[in-house]
Amino acid sequence: MDFYFRTEGLSVGYDRKVLIHDIDIAVEKGKILTLIGPNGAGKSTILKSITRQLELIAGTVYIDSHDLASRSPKELARQMAVVLTDRIRPELMTCAEVVAMGRYPYTNLFGKLTPDDVAAVQEALERVHALDLAGQDFSTLSDGQRQRIMLARAICQEPEVIVLDEPTAYLDIRHKIELLDILREMAQKRGITVIMSLHEIDLATKISDYLLCVKGDTIDSFGPPDAILHSHTIERLYDLHNGSYDLMFGSVELTKPAGTPKVFVVAGGGCGIACYRALQKRELPFATGILFENDVDFRVARVLSDNVVSAPAFEEMTSAQFERAAELLSGCAAVLDAGTPPGTFNRKNSELLRLAEERSIPVLRAGAQPAETIEKVIATISGLTDKMEV
Amino acid sequence: MKANNEKFRLGNTGRFTVVMVSLCGLLVLALVMNVNIGSVRIAVGDVFRMIWDGLRYSVGNIFTGGGYADELEALIKSSTESQILFSIRIPRMLLCSILGGALSVSGYLLQVFFRNPIAGPFVLGISSGAKMLVGITLIFLAGYINGVSSLTLIIAAFIGSLIITSVVLLFSHKVKNMSMLLVVGIMVGYICGAVTDFCITFADEYDVVNLTNWSMGTFSGASWDNVATAAAMCIPGVLASLFLSKPISAYALGEGYAQSMGIRIKPFRVLLILLSSLLSACVTALAGPISFVGIAVPHITRSILKSAKPAFVIPAAFLCGAVFCVFCDLIARTVFAPTELAIGTVTSVFGAPVVIYMMVKRRRAQEG
Repeated sequence: MDFYFRTEGLSVGYDRKVLIHDIDIAVEKGKILTLIGPNGAGKSTILKSITRQLELIAGTVYIDSHDLASRSPKELARQMAVVLTDRIRPELMTCAEVVAMGRYPYTNLFGKLTPDDVAAVQEALERVHALDLAGQDFSTLSDGQRQRIMLARAICQEPEVIVLDEPTAYLDIRHKIELLDILREMAQKRGITVIMSLHEIDLATKISDYLLCVKGDTIDSFGPPDAILHSHTIERLYDLHNGSYDLMFGSVELTKPAGTPKVFVVAGGGCGIACYRALQKRELPFATGILFENDVDFRVARVLSDNVVSAPAFEEMTSAQFERAAELLSGCAAVLDAGTPPGTFNRKNSELLRLAEERSIPVLRAGAQPAETIEKVIATISGLTDKMEV
Repeated sequence: MKANNEKFRLGNTGRFTVVMVSLCGLLVLALVMNVNIGSVRIAVGDVFRMIWDGLRYSVGNIFTGGGYADELEALIKSSTESQILFSIRIPRMLLCSILGGALSVSGYLLQVFFRNPIAGPFVLGISSGAKMLVGITLIFLAGYINGVSSLTLIIAAFIGSLIITSVVLLFSHKVKNMSMLLVVGIMVGYICGAVTDFCITFADEYDVVNLTNWSMGTFSGASWDNVATAAAMCIPGVLASLFLSKPISAYALGEGYAQSMGIRIKPFRVLLILLSSLLSACVTALAGPISFVGIAVPHITRSILKSAKPAFVIPAAFLCGAVFCVFCDLIARTVFAPTELAIGTVTSVFGAPVVIYMMVKRRRAQEG
């Protein structure tokens, strides 16, 4: 395989102190490499070393099989452009002027712009959909607009490699998607190699051809997202003990409520998620069931509760599962009916609700506003406890 | 493509031209007023006639290798007016405009360096450092060197500027806040002032007279020699700054971006400091410390240009500084005549409010 961007035994750090060592990356031309990892893991340090802002402590960076250290600053500037996290505040500069700075490695001694340069500025502005901002003062822009202008500046530099340090920070979701779309297009149509760091793991897995997981003093893993990401990669990478991250959907759940379950949620078919999250918000430990293992409710329930009764997908619910659910239900002070429509395969859940009534455990039905229902549940539970104390 | 170009304001060349022409006009006006007004009034017509003759003879003198020397001598000695004109007022206003311009450019370079518009050789104590070394040279070396030349003084001032700049730089690594840096600069300035005063205490009376006059900052006593020295040092300095305008413009985006565009940051920063120190050293050595020009003039220039493009700002700031100083010198000379004010007094009156305005505006911009 012909690798365009490559590092060999790279060690990076500040003041000759090694922060991360043995970084070996190899990426083909026109691919997107994303660095992920916890805060302070050294993503920026790696990026700064690649762009020669920091001196390498050991190892070599190759672009197109040329050693980067042998390049003059000007040659490097024509090969590599950057978008940094530095919040710049140039005074009295229009966006077009900021973007035109990207022509720096190509202009003459006084930085005079030729018609070709102006055309490049315009093209770059068009590419980031910011042509209408051209005449506006840079300091009046919003964060999203600034980031687009800085990207246009980098594009205008006509690089072969573009390095971006957390380009999506400060951006709202729409601008995040727009920015990543532009990067994807540049990589595919222009063959520009993109190296960046991202905080959003879900976006990183979706846009990247390669992921580099940075953790501690060495590289946790490197490769295509599908090859290196397994169910607990993220939890391990970020030391997630509380809360969880669902790799399949990119959704985050907060810390699960601890303790013996007080509420039993009869759910399924996606109706339960809102109830689970509402219970988590009030830190109310709960049990739930019976859920098929391919149910979306199950994906959330298993990370928010230790007491989930589940049934293998595409199989009938068994009486053993029912017995276990009934046992959990009997220990609860209230039952919450998430409102799952009864059907042939989940009739055991309807039986659970009937059982609750038989045992005179209060059953509440979740409405359109689960939070309100939870308040009622809490009132019911505390009412019961009060009675018990009396 | 042409039609599209108009969409961009990639440097407002039209406005720059208008500003430069107006500043040139103002400078001519200021120079004429300066030559014209004084304890002895010289009619404008006479001024122009004498200058024209003077120029004619000088040029002739240069081309014929001294053929017009007698005529030139005769012209200068022809009347009291011509003597005042040629040996006092013209050198004074020329020195004033060159040094005023140099000081503005020096301040501008410091502002680029610290990436903050509220920086200047005076407020950062650099002028005081130069003054200290010039003072020491005048007091202690004057005895050993026969007649201290203006070049010696410039070298002394340059060394003084560099020492204080390094001290301020050392602190700038520790304090990231610009206001704190200004406080450091002012304190360093006071220390230098104290050292200077200490030296004066031990100096001979004769030296002190010279020194007190000079240490207030004044353009009086300007000679053609001074003008030649100032021009020889400052004009190349300003031209060199102009050649830095491309990296300066990229540096406005911050060190990281500047580096990524191919600028070697360290040599660039060293060059900025050397040029800035050289220019302010010339001013301090030849005219004494002059306050607030270095901060106020570049700011005024940017405001009227409505652009921060260095290729525009540097020449405009030079002209603007010249106009500012020549007018201030006029005021210093004439308002309380025959008593002459220190030039620093006048520049402070006009310059300090501009700085206060800038600080308030910046604070508001940061909060808003």
